[in-house]
Amino acid sequence: MDAVDLVKVDEIIERYRGQEGFLIQLLLDLQGELNWMPRDLMEHLSERLDVPKSQIYRIASFYKAINLSPVGRHMIHVCMGTACQVRGAQKVLDYTASKLSIKPEETTPDLAFTLRKVNCLGCCSMGPVMTVDGEYHGGVTLEAAEKALKGLR
Amino acid sequence: MPRIASVGELELLRVGLRSRRDANRSREAWIAICAGTGCLALGAKKVIDAFRAELSRRDLETEIVLKETGCPGFCEKGPIVVVYPEGVHYLKVDPKDVSEIVEETVRNGRLVDRLLYVDPVTGEKDVHEEEIPFYKHQTRILINNNIKIDPKNIDDYIAEGGYSALARALSSMTPREVIDEVKLSGLRGRGGGGFPTGLKWEAAREAEGSPKYVIVNCDEGDPGAFMDRALMEGNPHSVLEGLMIGGYAIGSEEGFIYVRAEYPLAVENARTAIAQARERGLLGEDILGSGFNFEVRLHRGAGAFVSGESTALMNALEGKVGEPKPKYVHTSERGLWNRPSLLNNVETWANIPVIINRGALWFSSIGTEGSKGTKIFSLVGKVNNTGLVEVPMGMTLREIIFDIGGGIPGGKRVKGVQTGGPSGGIIPEGHLDTPVDFDELTRLGSMMGSGSIIVLDEDTCAVDLARYFVDFLCDESCGKCVPCREGLRQMRNILGEIVAGRGKGEDLDALVDIASLMKSASLCALGRTAANPALSTIRHFRDEYLAHIEDQRCPALVCEGLISYFIRPDLCIACGLCEKNCPAGAISEGEGDEDTFMVIDQSRCSRCGICFHVCPSKVMAVARTSGRSASQQVP
Repeated sequence: MDAVDLVKVDEIIERYRGQEGFLIQLLLDLQGELNWMPRDLMEHLSERLDVPKSQIYRIASFYKAINLSPVGRHMIHVCMGTACQVRGAQKVLDYTASKLSIKPEETTPDLAFTLRKVNCLGCCSMGPVMTVDGEYHGGVTLEAAEKALKGLR
Repeated sequence: MPRIASVGELELLRVGLRSRRDANRSREAWIAICAGTGCLALGAKKVIDAFRAELSRRDLETEIVLKETGCPGFCEKGPIVVVYPEGVHYLKVDPKDVSEIVEETVRNGRLVDRLLYVDPVTGEKDVHEEEIPFYKHQTRILINNNIKIDPKNIDDYIAEGGYSALARALSSMTPREVIDEVKLSGLRGRGGGGFPTGLKWEAAREAEGSPKYVIVNCDEGDPGAFMDRALMEGNPHSVLEGLMIGGYAIGSEEGFIYVRAEYPLAVENARTAIAQARERGLLGEDILGSGFNFEVRLHRGAGAFVSGESTALMNALEGKVGEPKPKYVHTSERGLWNRPSLLNNVETWANIPVIINRGALWFSSIGTEGSKGTKIFSLVGKVNNTGLVEVPMGMTLREIIFDIGGGIPGGKRVKGVQTGGPSGGIIPEGHLDTPVDFDELTRLGSMMGSGSIIVLDEDTCAVDLARYFVDFLCDESCGKCVPCREGLRQMRNILGEIVAGRGKGEDLDALVDIASLMKSASLCALGRTAANPALSTIRHFRDEYLAHIEDQRCPALVCEGLISYFIRPDLCIACGLCEKNCPAGAISEGEGDEDTFMVIDQSRCSRCGICFHVCPSKVMAVARTSGRSASQQVP
C-alpha cells in the first residue's frame, strides 16, 4: 500500500473515535473506498487498532459485503430471492454466466466483470431482478440481461 | 431547521406546516412520484427528471411542488405518479408522458386516460387510489402515508401528524402506561416470531442493569419480503418515533437502527431521518422539554442472513461476527453488551405511534382473536398485481391473491403459496380459504415470518422449491451448531439426488428424521425452522416427491435432470437463435426433405433450457417432456 492510501485509511478510522463496536462499519467504509480488502490493509488495521489479525480476518471472511480478492470494474448481482427464483432467476444467472464465460461469484480474467448471486434485493414485485453497477433492472429476460452487459467491457 | 423545545411548539409548527401546505394545495396541484427502490428500478428517476425539466420549462417550479415519496406498494404498475389535490393515480408512467400530464392534469384538470388503471375484467378505468381494486380491499394504516411524504423531509412527516404520539407519551403518559397500552393492544412481533410485544417491553423495563438499549431490526433477509425496506425508505420517521417511545417506556436513552447492506436507499433515508430529528431537537437532550434524553446510531449490516436473528444482530452491533448465541437468558435481560436490550422489527416499531395515537382498544378491534391489527404482506411470484398489501389479520389467502392480487397470470392454476420465507412452508391450493394470522399459518406447517406471500402456479415444482430453500439455508447457516450445519447438508444431498432422478424410496423418511432432530436440537431459530420447507412440501405434495423418485418425472417440468428438450420440426422456422445461444453447442440444423429445422443432440444437451427461453414466443418450437418414457418421446 502506498502512503496516500494510509492517510485515507486513518481518516476513516478517525470517524469512529470513541465509539464501541465499530469494526464492521469501518471495514464497510474501507471497502467502499477500495472495493476490496487487501491483506496488508487488514494487517495495518490490526496494528493501528490493536485488534488481533485473526479477528479482523474472521469478520472480513464472514460477511458477503466484504471482498477478499479484487473485483471487476463492473459488478453484476443477480437476485436469487424466492420471488425471483419462481420467475426464472436461475436461467438469468446461468445465461449471464455463460455470456461472461465465468461461474457465479467469479471475476473475468481481464477484471472487467464480477458476477454475484444475491439473496434478495427487496424488489420482489418485479422479479427476476439484476443490478449492474448498482443500477436495478426489473423483469429481466435473457435478452435484457445480454443488453445490460453490452457495451460495458 | 429550528429546534422544537416543547409539545406546544411541535403543535404550532404542525399547524403552520399544514396551513401552508393546504393553502398551496387548494390553489395548485402538487405531484407525488414514488422514488422507492422498486419504482426506481422501473425508471422513476427519469420520470422525476422529466417532471423537473418540464416544470422549469414552464416556469412552474415554485408554484408546483414535486415530491419524491416512498413506496405505496403497487410496484407491479410503477413508476407511479399521483397528482394532487385530486389524487389522480397514474401508473406505468414514462418520461414521454410527462409533458401531457403537466398540460392536461396539472394545468387543466383533465385526465390522461391511457395512464389510468384499467380493470382487467370490466375494462373500466379507475382514477383514484380508493377505486383501484388493489388498494380498495386493503386497510392501509402503516403504509398509507408513504405516497404523501418525502422521506427526506421531516416536516412532511410532522404535517401528517408525525411525532404527536411521542409528544403524548412524553407529556401525559408514564412509562408504565405506555407499556400497558402496548400490552392491551395485543400487538405481536412482526419479524416472524409473533411474540407479544408488550410482554417483551415489560421484561426489558423490569430487567436490572443500565444502560438499556432499544434496537430496530431492519435486516430483512427473508427473500421475497420487502415491507421493512418500504417503511424504512418511505417513512423512516414513523419507525424512529416508535423507537423513541420504546426507549421512554423501558428507560433507555440509546437506540440502534440496524439496516442490511443490500438496502442502500433505506440506509440513506434512515441516516437523513436521524440527522433531521436531531436538528429538530427530537433526538438529543430534554426532548420536547420532558427531560427525556435519547440518541440513535445507525449500523449497516454486511451481508449475512443469520445476522437478522436477534442475538446474532446484537453481536454484529458489538462489531463481532454476526452469529447467534444460546438464549439461556433473554436479550431483554442480557443482550447488547450484556445489558437489557429491546429489539423489535421495523414494522412492529412503526405500529407503536399508531397504537399510542388511536388507542389500544381501537387497534385491537382490527384482526383476529390471537392476532391484532394489520399486517403488510409482500404479494409476489405468479400473481398479476404484485406489490405490498396491508390487510387486517384474518383476511383469507384467496381474498389476498384474487381480490387484491387480481389472480394468476396467463389463466394458470394456483398451486399454492409459500409464506414465511426460507423458514416457512408451502400451503397448497386447497387451504386458500384459511384466514391469515400467526396461529393459522403455523397450524398448516408454515408460518407468518415477516410476511412474504409467494404465489406459485403449476409451473413451480414443490420439490425443487424445497431444494432451493434448503440450499439457501445451507449457504446461510453460520455453522456454529452441528444439527443445523450437518442436518442441512444432508438434506441438501438427499434433495439434490431426488431432483436429479436418483431418489430412493427411503429418502422421505430420512428427510423427516433429520428435520425433527434439527427442530429440537438447533441453537437458533434458523436451524429450528429450516426443515419447514421440506416438511410442508412432503406433507402437502407427497405425490410430487413420489413422481420424482419412482417415475423420474418432474410434473412441473422444472428439474433439469428429469426433463428433455426437443425441437418440433413442424413449428421450427430455423432462425438459428437457439443454436447461437446454446452453451453446450448441442443444436444444429436438421436434415429434412424440404423445410429446414433445428435439432438438439441429446447426448450433448446440458438441459439448461436456454433454447426453450430464447425461442421466439410466436414460434415456440422447443418443447419439454419428463418421465421414464421421455426418451422415447424425443424425436
